Amino acid sequence: MATITYRDALNHALREEMERDPDVFLMGEEVGVYQGAYKVSRGLLEQFGEKRVVDTPIAENGFAGVGVGAAMVGLRPVIEFMTWNFALLAIDQVVNSAAKLLYMSGGQLPIPIVFRGPGGAALQLAAQHSQAFESWYAHIPGLKVVAPATPYDAKGLLKSAIRDNNPVVFLEGEMLYNAKGEVPEEEYLVPLGQADVKRAGDDVTVVCHSKTVSVALKAAEKLEAEAGISAEVVDLRTIRPLDVATIVGSVHKTNRCVIVEEGWAFAGVGAQVADEIQRGAFDYLDAPVLRVTGADVPMPYNKHLERLAKPSPDAVIAAAKKVAYLDGD
Amino acid sequence: MAQPLRETRLDPERVDFYRKLLHDMLLVRRFEEKAGEAYAQGKIGGFCHLYIGQEAVATGALAAVRDDDYVFASYREHGHVLLRGTPPGAVMAELFGRATGCSAGKGGSMHLFDAERNFLGGHGIVGQHLPLAAGAGFAVKYRETDQVVLCFFGEAAVNIGAFHETLNMAALWELPVVFIVENNRYGMGTALERAAAVWDVYRRACSYDMAEEIADGMDVLAVYEATRGAVQRAREEQSPTLIEARTYRYMGHSMADPIHGHYRTKEELEEQKQQDPILRLERRLVTDGLISEEEVKEMDGEVIAVVEEGVRFADESPDPDPSELYTDVYAD
Repeated sequence: MATITYRDALNHALREEMERDPDVFLMGEEVGVYQGAYKVSRGLLEQFGEKRVVDTPIAENGFAGVGVGAAMVGLRPVIEFMTWNFALLAIDQVVNSAAKLLYMSGGQLPIPIVFRGPGGAALQLAAQHSQAFESWYAHIPGLKVVAPATPYDAKGLLKSAIRDNNPVVFLEGEMLYNAKGEVPEEEYLVPLGQADVKRAGDDVTVVCHSKTVSVALKAAEKLEAEAGISAEVVDLRTIRPLDVATIVGSVHKTNRCVIVEEGWAFAGVGAQVADEIQRGAFDYLDAPVLRVTGADVPMPYNKHLERLAKPSPDAVIAAAKKVAYLDGD
Repeated sequence: MAQPLRETRLDPERVDFYRKLLHDMLLVRRFEEKAGEAYAQGKIGGFCHLYIGQEAVATGALAAVRDDDYVFASYREHGHVLLRGTPPGAVMAELFGRATGCSAGKGGSMHLFDAERNFLGGHGIVGQHLPLAAGAGFAVKYRETDQVVLCFFGEAAVNIGAFHETLNMAALWELPVVFIVENNRYGMGTALERAAAVWDVYRRACSYDMAEEIADGMDVLAVYEATRGAVQRAREEQSPTLIEARTYRYMGHSMADPIHGHYRTKEELEEQKQQDPILRLERRLVTDGLISEEEVKEMDGEVIAVVEEGVRFADESPDPDPSELYTDVYAD
């Protein structure tokens, strides 16, 4: 095992898949000469050349569509959005083209493409550069949606996403690129659609993904140490398809659940998870499912306000105590 | 800029080619007439955009490409898919939403596909298929083959961002794509002059240092010649072209819309019909002694029979099985 960053884990996944399959290419803003706005594509231009590491103009709608068109005729594009905030300009290509072409062609046109880039709350980037879009894409049949939390998962999931024959929306945590973790030297894949229990526990299930996994793990440590509550942390890893069996199985064991996400609450990922739990674990629940989400406001610039707008370990602890009826109310 | 061909005498050695063009335009015209009837009978649902009046554009352009070239079109694409060789029955069945349709009944009028014949849609969001066509062009270059991509769209699409983003990338990366603007003068009910600051659409190519052509879109031979040059440029020099074909649609924007009214007059429509692309070619062929009126009638009769057979096939075809609702959402 080597300890590497989330950024390098993604880089290694891209490198390995481009070495393995000549149909895989990377396209996006600043991916080549500049080595990537976040350096995920560092060294790829030198290794694979301009044909396969393609710098684009700032034209998200255009180059996302170029990727879809290339996938229609059998290539396997990886389209990098500098951030998912800018991908709103291309959402029509993701939703109306990539996600629907297989269906509306009656099964003739699979679209093997990965749209990837950083998302989620960042640091003092204010309202237009700091938001989580998982639930937007997870709403769409035809898309798969992945949001890894660790270097191990980031590498294994990106390799699976590139090999998948469907459009995959791959949301990297903008605040996770420097996070370090152990990654095997040998090749491995993490399959899409499988959640991962990041910490076993008995008293409450905390469902999370991407950046909020570390929030949940910090909360779980404090809950154990300060309140004797044993929290099980379930990292979704893939939002769609959702691993309902792992979520519901955990709640069957703990009888309580808190769902954490950086996105807004309304129609968020947690709303779908809660819906699955009320159906799959109705008789097992000892308390209503609670959610910890981003505040229902555009992200403020001021750092104190920004901190209040993001899910925190303290908010998760408070929710866990509440579902355990240990909140003193 | 290519000038429209002067109506000089036709080359007798190419009589089979001219007859094929006449046949193809008749096929599209008769198919669309039947589609209009079927829509009125309630056999076709939703939006149905007919191509009547514009036949010379797809016919002339598609006569200039190979079977292994790629074709993308907008939602007014019944004619284009027919001209790629998809059987009229499979196209009509798709309009009827039947399991035997070329998109298995899941796409309908706006989403016709025939991947085997490299006909890649059938796209319903104005202008958003231009980047897809550039993507196919990118793939051609990536694989180092000599295919060409034709991309058809209406003049209203030139005002959306995707048009500019795509033309820029196609020129920058030297992609083998021919962009064909079917300028039928109205985006639904809004005249080009009321929607665009520049009325000569082909002039937009200069923004991207791209080759441009303008063709009389009611003259199938003019469209053929313009496209032939552009296809050659794409195939041999991997260089894109913007072609503006000036044409006219006889029907409303879709079957749900009036044929004339607030946005254009009946007189304008009747005047345009004097330039009918089928009659123009027919007259030239007859004048030059390359076909007789009897032969035209015979050809038309054969086309009508083929289209009627297509309607019968569609009528007799089953709806998709209910289990098909959940297939084709994800690929294996």
